[in-house]
Amino acid sequence: MRPLKTLKKLYDEESHIVITEKGSPPRVMFYGEDFWVEDLPVGTRVIFPRPPLEGVPNVKAAIRYALNHPEGMDPLHALLKPGMKVTIAVDDISLPLPPMKTPDVRQTVCEIVLELLADSGVDDVHIIIANALHRRMTDAEMKRMMGEKIYDAFAPDRYYNHDAEDPEGITELERTSSNEVVAINRRAAESDLVIYVNINLVPMDGGHKSVGTGLTNYESLRAHHNPQTIRDSPSYMEPKKSQLHSSVDRIGRVIDKTIKVFHIETTINNRMFEEPVGFLMKKEEDFSEFDRLKLQGMKYALSKMPRPMKRKMFFNIYAPYEVTGVFAGSTEPTHEKTLEMSWKQYSVPVQGQSDIVIFGMPYVSPYNVNSILNPLLVQVMALGYLFNLNRGVPLVKKGGVIIITHPCYDEFDPDHHAPYIEFFNRCLTETRDAHVLSHKYEREFAKNPSYVHLYRKGNSYHGAHPFYMWYWGENGRQHVGKVIAAGAENNHVPAIMGWDRADTLSEAIEDARGFMGRSASISFVKIPPIFQVDVRL
Amino acid sequence: MKHALPQEHTSKPTGKAAFFDIDGTLISTNVVHAYGYYAMNEGSLPGILKRTLTTVAQIPLFGALNLVDRKIFNEYFYRQYEGLTEDRLLTLTEDLFEDVVKPAIFSKAKDLIDEARRAGCRIVLVTGALDFTMRPLARHLGADDLIANRMQFVGGIATGKVIPPIIEGANKANVIREYCETHHISLMKSFAYTDSASDYAMLTVVGRPTAVNPDIRLRALARSYNWPILDVR
Repeated sequence: MRPLKTLKKLYDEESHIVITEKGSPPRVMFYGEDFWVEDLPVGTRVIFPRPPLEGVPNVKAAIRYALNHPEGMDPLHALLKPGMKVTIAVDDISLPLPPMKTPDVRQTVCEIVLELLADSGVDDVHIIIANALHRRMTDAEMKRMMGEKIYDAFAPDRYYNHDAEDPEGITELERTSSNEVVAINRRAAESDLVIYVNINLVPMDGGHKSVGTGLTNYESLRAHHNPQTIRDSPSYMEPKKSQLHSSVDRIGRVIDKTIKVFHIETTINNRMFEEPVGFLMKKEEDFSEFDRLKLQGMKYALSKMPRPMKRKMFFNIYAPYEVTGVFAGSTEPTHEKTLEMSWKQYSVPVQGQSDIVIFGMPYVSPYNVNSILNPLLVQVMALGYLFNLNRGVPLVKKGGVIIITHPCYDEFDPDHHAPYIEFFNRCLTETRDAHVLSHKYEREFAKNPSYVHLYRKGNSYHGAHPFYMWYWGENGRQHVGKVIAAGAENNHVPAIMGWDRADTLSEAIEDARGFMGRSASISFVKIPPIFQVDVRL
Repeated sequence: MKHALPQEHTSKPTGKAAFFDIDGTLISTNVVHAYGYYAMNEGSLPGILKRTLTTVAQIPLFGALNLVDRKIFNEYFYRQYEGLTEDRLLTLTEDLFEDVVKPAIFSKAKDLIDEARRAGCRIVLVTGALDFTMRPLARHLGADDLIANRMQFVGGIATGKVIPPIIEGANKANVIREYCETHHISLMKSFAYTDSASDYAMLTVVGRPTAVNPDIRLRALARSYNWPILDVR
């Protein structure tokens, strides 16, 4: 066993990059609902997130300041008139990850806004969760997000989930200049004022995307949630270079022309973990003996638990995020400010790409809060999110290898992910071509009455959603030469996905080197907390 | 010399339908409730007493037969109708619907049917219950067709025999297949909804089976075959 002192080798404490040397400490990485502690080859570039930015000292004061000093609009109080109809729309449970400790910043914002509305004689207020085609949030989740007071006062009649399949609940506005359908929640469309309360975790979120996708329906989403638009969007994280965002912006501008929307965007830092799992926020070089003890203890406990219990445990770990900024006003100038703050926290400069990139795959994605990270979601995390956390230049070279660490278990949650099951077993076994899947099956799934019913009355993602998950990975699939699932516990899940598998990380690295050459460069992305690489070539 | 096939055999069926079982799937009552209502409104006091008491006494037997074999249950159960007049039954049908069936419709059942209709499906109710009993329900739900058992009447009096084939189990699959052929509907594109494993054949004959409020056996089957499971209660 290596003496502890050798694990504390000298390194640049300020740097986000550590080059692995002989004697560097082993790296802790997520392996689904477990941890792997792995020695990486000498020369491996380990990329760490920035440390958390300091939060604003008084969140309520920051919110009030933003409401009174909005960008490109009058202050909120000046927009209010007694008797007017107001709809507050809020981001759903897909953000942030992991869910934040209470009070959720959406609750804090809404409490202040509702007080202001009441003082201004505005009684006709609805709060709508802008879940688009995501699953409906459960009553318990809704209560947790908004707090008991708001929940008791508004649910179920005035605090509810958006229903994209309610034929009476959607209204179509004029089409965009590119003939895109603009459909919007009827209550929001008929309101005198829509107030959108957002949490911004990555630059992909917020802006026109909030109302334009959160409160719309399948027909409108088809304009940009399709394989070609995804292929034409080299980075989802850089809105100006993304066809996806261009389409969303066109739709958003039509909405802004018709409906008065006051955005309240919030940014949070990346403090995702605190004690007893605070060691996940540290570089391994900074681990204390107690941190190592906690890690080993946790690994031991996890090894004795059944998987559902591990999930339960992880989903009970809430993030102590701090609010770093609150911005309000009209869509575009507000979002500019938000993006600026977002990049401050999440952007990590990196020199050059790598032949091989290793991602430790966590237990959670935006689409499985309180549920299972099924194979399709492992795919979307690997090739959709983690691959795309960049500004146009991926960390992995064209034709390179991505290694993920995940068991790739063949498990699906029939309540949350009912259409995923059919998509994975029936469609993906026939073809992995996103265009073929889109043309042949997407509409059939989207209109399947069973899936529509599960979406509207249960807590399932919409029938079209598994397709979006596959499209999301399109750029990654086109770019990489190979994906290797290290630790995959079966052959068929990686095979259906078109991936290779390996028993261990070492074996995966050996396979990747066999593919890319012995001198292949390797990067390990130390997530979570998440961050985006700004690759300079 | 080759003969051209008739047109109906050469073109591919394009339509789609949603086939719904009724008892336990769309409503919480069953055939025994319906007969109980007729028995209690038979018309004469001795008749009411005789039929009601006989029905109550036989409930355990009905339950047992239903578990053993749905076909035998149906044949035995429908014998209870023997002697009831057709005009009396038809008169009571609307009252039965208003008093018993309508309040028993599951809260989300109509939504499911509306969603199937919006998806472009013909709505077809397929049930082991008697046709005249379920006609008002079919009308209320806006169904396009009702496939149900038909009681034999001779001289306006029920004989207690159902005109074959009895709609249950494997026969439900047969009538669905025939219906699709007649109406140029694709079985593969069609949906079936039921609550009971006894309707396994009905589920497997279509391309899109769904378990609704499933019993334990059907839930296990649905899990095994990755069929969606709905709860419309």
